[in-house]
Amino acid sequence: MTIDLNHPMSSATLEEAEVERIRADFPILSRSVNGHPLVYLDSGATSQKPQSVIDVERAYYEESNAAVHRGAHTLAGEATELFENARATVARFVGAEDDEIVWTSNATEGINLIAYGMSNATAGRGGAAAERFRLGEGDEIVVTELEHHANLVPWQELALRTGATLKVIGLDDDGRIRLDEAAQLIGPRTKVVAFAHVSNVLGAVNPVAELVALAHAHGALVVLDACQSAPHMPLNLHELDVDFAVFSGHKMLGPTGVGVLYGRSELLNALPPFLTGGSMITTVGLTESAFLPAPMRFEAGTQRVSQAIALASAVDYLSAVGMAQINGWEATLGRRLYDGLSAIPGVRVLGPAGAPAGTDGIERVGLASFVVDGVHAHDVGQFLDDRGIAVRVGHHCAQPVHRRFGITATTRASAYLYNTPADVDAAVEAVAEVRSFFRVA
Amino acid sequence: MASRELEGLYQQVILDHAKEKHGYGLRDAASGTSHQINPTCGDEVTLNVHRGEAGRIASISWEGQGCSISTASASLLADLVDELTADELEQRIGAFRELMQSKGALEGDEELLGDAVALGGVSRYITRIKCAMLPWVALEDALAKG
Repeated sequence: MTIDLNHPMSSATLEEAEVERIRADFPILSRSVNGHPLVYLDSGATSQKPQSVIDVERAYYEESNAAVHRGAHTLAGEATELFENARATVARFVGAEDDEIVWTSNATEGINLIAYGMSNATAGRGGAAAERFRLGEGDEIVVTELEHHANLVPWQELALRTGATLKVIGLDDDGRIRLDEAAQLIGPRTKVVAFAHVSNVLGAVNPVAELVALAHAHGALVVLDACQSAPHMPLNLHELDVDFAVFSGHKMLGPTGVGVLYGRSELLNALPPFLTGGSMITTVGLTESAFLPAPMRFEAGTQRVSQAIALASAVDYLSAVGMAQINGWEATLGRRLYDGLSAIPGVRVLGPAGAPAGTDGIERVGLASFVVDGVHAHDVGQFLDDRGIAVRVGHHCAQPVHRRFGITATTRASAYLYNTPADVDAAVEAVAEVRSFFRVA
Repeated sequence: MASRELEGLYQQVILDHAKEKHGYGLRDAASGTSHQINPTCGDEVTLNVHRGEAGRIASISWEGQGCSISTASASLLADLVDELTADELEQRIGAFRELMQSKGALEGDEELLGDAVALGGVSRYITRIKCAMLPWVALEDALAKG
């Protein structure tokens, strides 16, 4: 890794020379695609990995691989220590305590863990401590119209299993969450309010403080989908005062196969477990068993050890660069992307126009989903791919928000710390030629 | 400039069919119907089979939302159907599927597939084969239903 831990950047952005050094840490960025240098603008789907993260995962298997939390030999001890140190690293990164961090396979599993824990509470598990997780007719779960399917379908299913009602906060025509509607929908019947910190389609930072205040005023639990925020901005979950949060490792320079569930300590220790079996128990009888405290009560079976350790390495990399710097750099790229695409005739960018952090406007991340009049997103993506430009096409696992704006699919360009203004310009230039290639302009 | 491969994918006949959409607009009196979705992009097609005399398929009608490949594919399919039997159509669906799975190795049998051989370039793009197959899968399903 070329980042100097002892000399953090002074201003909250990155210099182009620093970004060039960062790029050199990512082997994949030097490959070519279809005869062009790769322009990777699909980090919202999954990020690329620096050599240091790849090396850490390999080194674990070459030097320390063993079963964690069992066995008394040296390797078992080393593996356990690496695994638990990784938890502490990730906890510090998001402003949480170590025992508030649960490893999951991905963010989707994290949300399902909460939903099935609540289901199990509803079925009578967890005793008096689990009372607040029990749902029934008359209880309400509130989500928003911009949710990723991962933060929508598990709640739909939980409502259908328990008899609770799912309520959806709508969006205004610019794609902002309607706080007036939120204030009407969130009330004494509300048990859970689940929403994304940053929309994976609209790219806007959502009003966490306002929604948390509304939820907590009525004693509802807040579940934050931080998949598009944890990789891109400084995050302090205690300060945000959310009750649960999830994010995925592979979107923040880490490997696939590992995600994180955060829960306030007293909640995690009251929530009945989701997956049960080995490693999560204290005493096992023939008909009943007792469980470990959190986080281990949620970590049944063999864990994703190499992935967790590599995710911690990714977090170290991000911290060394500086999350405020990354956020500032991506805001610049996001503005360039939004302005460049918006200026093309026949191209419409979804979501609020955005404004710099600290102003009254809505803050955007370095992500823009757009429609090209007369050309389907798949065709746009194919045209860009021909030039080595990787973007996402389709509904981005968020069909309702697309339906809200009367479309089935968009093209999405999403930047990360290793992208340059030249990457953005290449994408904008290519998009500008799409309509003439498909003979619609 | 677009590459030769991209020009091969989006031949003029495909772009024309994507605009003209032969057979577009669902008509009543269908003997079989099918609704197919491509879950990765949300594209969809609804396709009706209209039977004629002596067990022949008179025509298909369809509606849907999709990329130029799936739209052109439905339009080209509508041109192909004219007065074939269900067996003959199933043979053509099989030939088209084989073409799509050929990774660019086959040129496609124009006797069987008509202008739809222009979609052969799709077989080089694994991410787009489902787009081209969507209406053909719908026809296969609708034929099975009646």
